[in-house]
Amino acid sequence: MNFDFSDEQLMLREQGRRFLSERCDTRAVRRILEGEQAYDATLWTQMAELGWLAIGLPEQHGGFGGAYELCVLAEELGRSLAPVPAASTLYLAARALTRAGSDEQQGRWLPAVAAGRAIGAWAVHERPGSQRRQPVGSFVSAGKLHGCKTPVADGAFADFAIVTARATADASAPVGLFIADLRHDSVRRAALGVVDPTRPCATLEFHGTPVESLGETEQVATVVDELTDGAAALLAFEQLGGAEVCLAMARDFALERKAFGRVIGSFQAVKHRLADMWVKIQLARGNAYYAAWALDAAGDELPAAAAAARIASTDAYEFASQESIQIHGGMGYTWEADCHLYYRRSRSLALMLGAPREWKERLAAQLVQRVRGETLRAVRPTAAQAQAV
Amino acid sequence: MDFNDTPEEAALRAEVRAWLAEHAPAYDVRGAGEMPLAEGLARGRRWQALKAGRGYAKITWPREFCGLGGTPMQQVIYQQEEAKYRLPIDYFKVSLGIPIPIMRRFATPEQQARYLTPALRGEEIWCQLFSEPAAGSDLAGIRLRAVRDGDHWVLNGQKIWTSWAQVSDFGVVITRSNPDVPKHKGLTYLFVDMRTPGIEVRPIKQLSGGQEFSEVFFTDVRVPDSQRLGEIDGGWKVALATLMEERFSVVDVTGGGPGLDALIELACEVALEHGPAIEDSDVRQRIAEWYVAEQGLRTNYYRMLTALSKGELPGPEGSINKIAIPSKLQQQSRFAMDLMGPAGVATAPGARRSTHPFVGWLEAPGYRIAGGTDEILRNIIAEQVLKLPGDVRTDKDVPFNKL
Repeated sequence: MNFDFSDEQLMLREQGRRFLSERCDTRAVRRILEGEQAYDATLWTQMAELGWLAIGLPEQHGGFGGAYELCVLAEELGRSLAPVPAASTLYLAARALTRAGSDEQQGRWLPAVAAGRAIGAWAVHERPGSQRRQPVGSFVSAGKLHGCKTPVADGAFADFAIVTARATADASAPVGLFIADLRHDSVRRAALGVVDPTRPCATLEFHGTPVESLGETEQVATVVDELTDGAAALLAFEQLGGAEVCLAMARDFALERKAFGRVIGSFQAVKHRLADMWVKIQLARGNAYYAAWALDAAGDELPAAAAAARIASTDAYEFASQESIQIHGGMGYTWEADCHLYYRRSRSLALMLGAPREWKERLAAQLVQRVRGETLRAVRPTAAQAQAV
Repeated sequence: MDFNDTPEEAALRAEVRAWLAEHAPAYDVRGAGEMPLAEGLARGRRWQALKAGRGYAKITWPREFCGLGGTPMQQVIYQQEEAKYRLPIDYFKVSLGIPIPIMRRFATPEQQARYLTPALRGEEIWCQLFSEPAAGSDLAGIRLRAVRDGDHWVLNGQKIWTSWAQVSDFGVVITRSNPDVPKHKGLTYLFVDMRTPGIEVRPIKQLSGGQEFSEVFFTDVRVPDSQRLGEIDGGWKVALATLMEERFSVVDVTGGGPGLDALIELACEVALEHGPAIEDSDVRQRIAEWYVAEQGLRTNYYRMLTALSKGELPGPEGSINKIAIPSKLQQQSRFAMDLMGPAGVATAPGARRSTHPFVGWLEAPGYRIAGGTDEILRNIIAEQVLKLPGDVRTDKDVPFNKL
């Protein structure tokens, strides 16, 4: 049993933590929050220089490492609230190219991704509601994309997007995956007001944008599910990193702040709240590690493992960020205190790939199928028979 | 990451599996139905003797004490394999879990030679006489009085919640030897022969109807000072050593309940207002949440085993299981009963926790209290893991008899 990252992977995590704690403290995050820039372009370039943007890409396109390396890095990006388009570019767009793109398409975009010269976006959402099961209004006609995607994370400044669209204008046409160069002047972009400005979103309108089919993808729904699951596993690590900071901040504050003649960290109501945060984080960490293993193995375990990791990490992060404000008291409700940076980020990540309830439904479907399948195979006694024993 | 044994671990696992396959089926109680205590215990003693003869009773202990001189990881491997059978080993869990390791640390070599092997072989059973009606979570508040009389102690008072007292031959007991000093400083730790005149064991009937614990009354019970473990008035140190004992064991994330698969099967069978329960969104959401919790505990257990396999010893982090599992059992049992509607209150006679949700629902309140309440465990996490300060103590420097 070695249910932990390797020494090399842990070293990468340590390197990431050290670099980001110096380069991306909350003052740097606030510069993005307060609108000086849409994202931290300098940090993105530095990440490229460190080789981080090549992690998980195919070796022939300059890539190295795999799922585990991306997971440890994601945890540190989450911990530091790094205001960079890592999820859109690395967890989704680049993985989509790697999974389904032709060699030519990979060659065109992936080296540019690794060098920090191309930012990718994942443009699948069109209207409020479920992430996976919504009808697709966008369509491609004569190689040109028409339609509107919103919200698209990092859409205001991305260079290319992976887009879902119907293969023809016909409402019953199958949905395909396409790659669009967003620098084309048929693309109109409008930045949106968002709950977490350090993770910006935009509306993208396509008015006859030239697109290519992403590889020769046939099982589009399966590929989209697989990519969404992979991204969920990686985001779970970002959420884990953020949750850990919230717990540490709340704990440190509780050890400092005095009320009624003693530090508030000595009151059981506060201690138990912190213990509950810790428990949720442990459950999230175990689930996230399992998802990392499943992502690396790329087998049947991934859908359930990714969903479980996502649910646990979302719960841990949202609980920790919310209760950290509560423990900080009035001070925690100020703009000046950092609590709200995590509160905003935790909500933003919780919804990015679909809300918790959608992931719970996806997980439940997996579990029911598993139990029903096993029941058929093993002809086990039904619950009613078992009760009578 | 991988879930594989190291070559040495794999070798032991293969050996253990082969040995269990040969011997365990004859002792397995699955499907044996309700068995009178005496019969189950007799079978348990035979199994325990066989196990001790092979060195599996305490793998980490030396061969002279029925062990193999092995590692904690090897102990876990044995437990994992043994848990695949349902063997009559419950009678010895407390005995070998706390009193016997304490005897090994604090008893004289002669006493160890006399007592350890019979206990490991299941010939003698030990109980732990700790809690009292007025002292549970606050263990140092116990009152059972020990007064010195020549080379003996005379014990008067009452213990409660003692597991297996009715079948125990010996017990370890914490006593109040000096009430004139603050409470942690006036305790003395002894071991007693449960057949000593003046000891009376009365079973407690629990709210679930079960009788797994007893009250034990002490009236002028004479115990030789040679049966003292640790210093006079130094019993708290010995009690703390108890807490340092092995915390790793096989974790059952269902808490002994029917489990999540059974809940899914149940939901497939019953109908609710709008159709099959399994198609109800609320039911599906709850199933997913419980799976995530169980999977979180399981994977944390893998993380703990990884540390163990690398030679590290688990710390207070293991408390997470005791915090999470009993409450989950309670909620899940209640939910399963809800799904059944009026039928949730009824079952064929003889239901067990593992077969019918209402048994878990009745037993869960005790499970949330026994061996550390939910609240005490959160204190442990807060104080030992997160290093938050202990509560303000008003009793710390006050003599016990002035409290």
